[in-house]
Formats: sequence, C-alpha cells, structure tokens
Amino acid sequence: MLLNGVRTAENTLMSGDGTEKLESGMAQSLRESVHVVSDPRNLDASVEEVFELMLGVRCERSKDASVMAANAEPESVTAVVGFGGLLSGACVFRCGASAAMRVAARMTGMEFHQIDETVKDGIGEICNMLAGAWKGKVPDLAAHCGLSVPAVITGRDYNLHVQAPEFQLEHAYNFEDAHFAVTIVCDSLQ
Amino acid sequence: MREVRALIVDDSSVMRKIVERALRQAGLDPLVVHEACSGTEGLEVLKAAQVDLILSDINMPSMDGLEFLRQIRAQNLAPGVPVVMITTESSEEHVKQAILAGARGYIRKPFTAEQVKERVLPLLTAA
Repeated sequence: MLLNGVRTAENTLMSGDGTEKLESGMAQSLRESVHVVSDPRNLDASVEEVFELMLGVRCERSKDASVMAANAEPESVTAVVGFGGLLSGACVFRCGASAAMRVAARMTGMEFHQIDETVKDGIGEICNMLAGAWKGKVPDLAAHCGLSVPAVITGRDYNLHVQAPEFQLEHAYNFEDAHFAVTIVCDSLQ
Repeated sequence: MREVRALIVDDSSVMRKIVERALRQAGLDPLVVHEACSGTEGLEVLKAAQVDLILSDINMPSMDGLEFLRQIRAQNLAPGVPVVMITTESSEEHVKQAILAGARGYIRKPFTAEQVKERVLPLLTAA
C-alpha cells in the first residue's frame, strides 16, 4: 500500500483498529527515543556497511560537510528515497558526476564516461540500501517505516530545500578522491 | 555442477547484475539467467520458461515481491522451485511475511557473495 508515495511497513496497515492502536503505541515510543533515531553514528555505520559490502571500499567521513561545496562539479546526481509510516522524511544521496560514475563502476565492474541510465540506477540503489540500512539500526523503524522506490535527479545548479524538519543529519564522505554527501531528513516522527 | 536456470526479479538493472555476479561467484556454473524488473514481468517469464531458482526484490513498482510470491503460488507456477527474497527490508515482520508467502530464504541488501552462496546453494542441493 502506498502512503504519500511511500510504501509503509505492511504490518502497520493490516487492519483498521489494530493499525491505529499499533501506530499510536509506537508513536509514543519513537517520540521518546528521538535521540536514538537521530544518532549520527547510525548514518556513519550505514554508509560504512553499504560501501564496504557493495563497492569494496572504505569511506572516510569528511570533518566538514562543506567539503562537498568545495569539490562541487557543475553536473551532479541526487537520489532520494522517501520514508513513510512512523517516520516521514527522506534519505538523500548527493554527489558530482565523476563520483557517481566511480560508484557505478565499482558496483558493476563497468566503465562509464557519462551519466547514463545505469549510473542513475546504481546511485538510486545505493540510496535505497543506505535508507534501508539506516532505518534497520532502530528496530521500531525497521518494522514500522517503509521506503519509497528511489527517485534520481541529475542536472546543474540546483539546490534541495527542506522546510523546518524535525531533525536533519548531513554527513560528507569520500573514497578514492570521490566525494559524496548523505542527508537524512525527518519531517515528522509519530 | 548441472546447469542452473535462475530468475532474478528486481527493478534495478544494476542490482540484477550484482545478484547474477554473486551467483557465479557462488559457483553456479553453467548459469542461465532470466531477468524481470517487476513481479508482473516475473510471472510472464515463469509462464514461458522453466527455472530452478527465483531471487526477488520486495520493494518494486507495478507488483511487489510479496504479491509476486503469492501469485506464483496462486497460479501454480514453478512448483517446488525455491524463492529467495533479496531486499533492503529486514525486520522480523518482513521476513515472516515473506516466509508465509512461500519464500525459502531471505537476504538483506547490502550483501556479500558469500551470504548469497550460504543461503542459495543448500536450497539447490535440497531440490
């Protein structure tokens, strides 16, 4: 079932009365544990896990998130995976064209010279796995928060704006001189 | 080893290639791979081709992996063929739903080739 374009966890939607009780109960639990949900270490661990297992590389976290701006390329790739259910928001993966091609090359063993459909597909899948790994760090989120299919945006000179999120984590990382940023935006937490 | 015919269902073409590579690294050779980008397309493949193994994502547009599983059983397609879910969804509830729908295995993304080997080979040996 889709909720605002986001697939919610099946068990929160199985029946009317049961669903309301479950979501109400979980809401209390997550509201009280917002510090656990927003723990920045979960994001670092998720990035480490996904990049080591799927690309075979170790990522270093850049101390300053503005390193992305310093390494900005004219063309960039942004993937977004929405969260729905107990937590509403999104996981955003952002990088320049050369980093996107490097990531896709590592995933597929192929070489890329432009941002084609395969590169976009690979970046979307990386974002999907990051979103899944991140929510999997908190059991209540793993069970009661669903993921949308990835959306990938490519282009030049665009910005992503989020209005007054509940919380937002933005970390920059690099591997082999490829820079990227991962942002978790939480619009609301039930 | 005898030839293995696998159906890989995932809306990501990159992920289908990664799963195929993991199957080859697991020692499945010769391997014939059929691909589908949704449950709907997966059902069409099963109506036209015989397979020994099905690996499916859950979160896909058109028809998701759980409905795909239910439809395989409802339409009596690929009887006895093991289905392994490969997905970012990893909660106990998701695993339970997949098993109830007929899955014989569950692999969480991201995964290693070794994990694919551990979960897939015993199913083929048993079959």
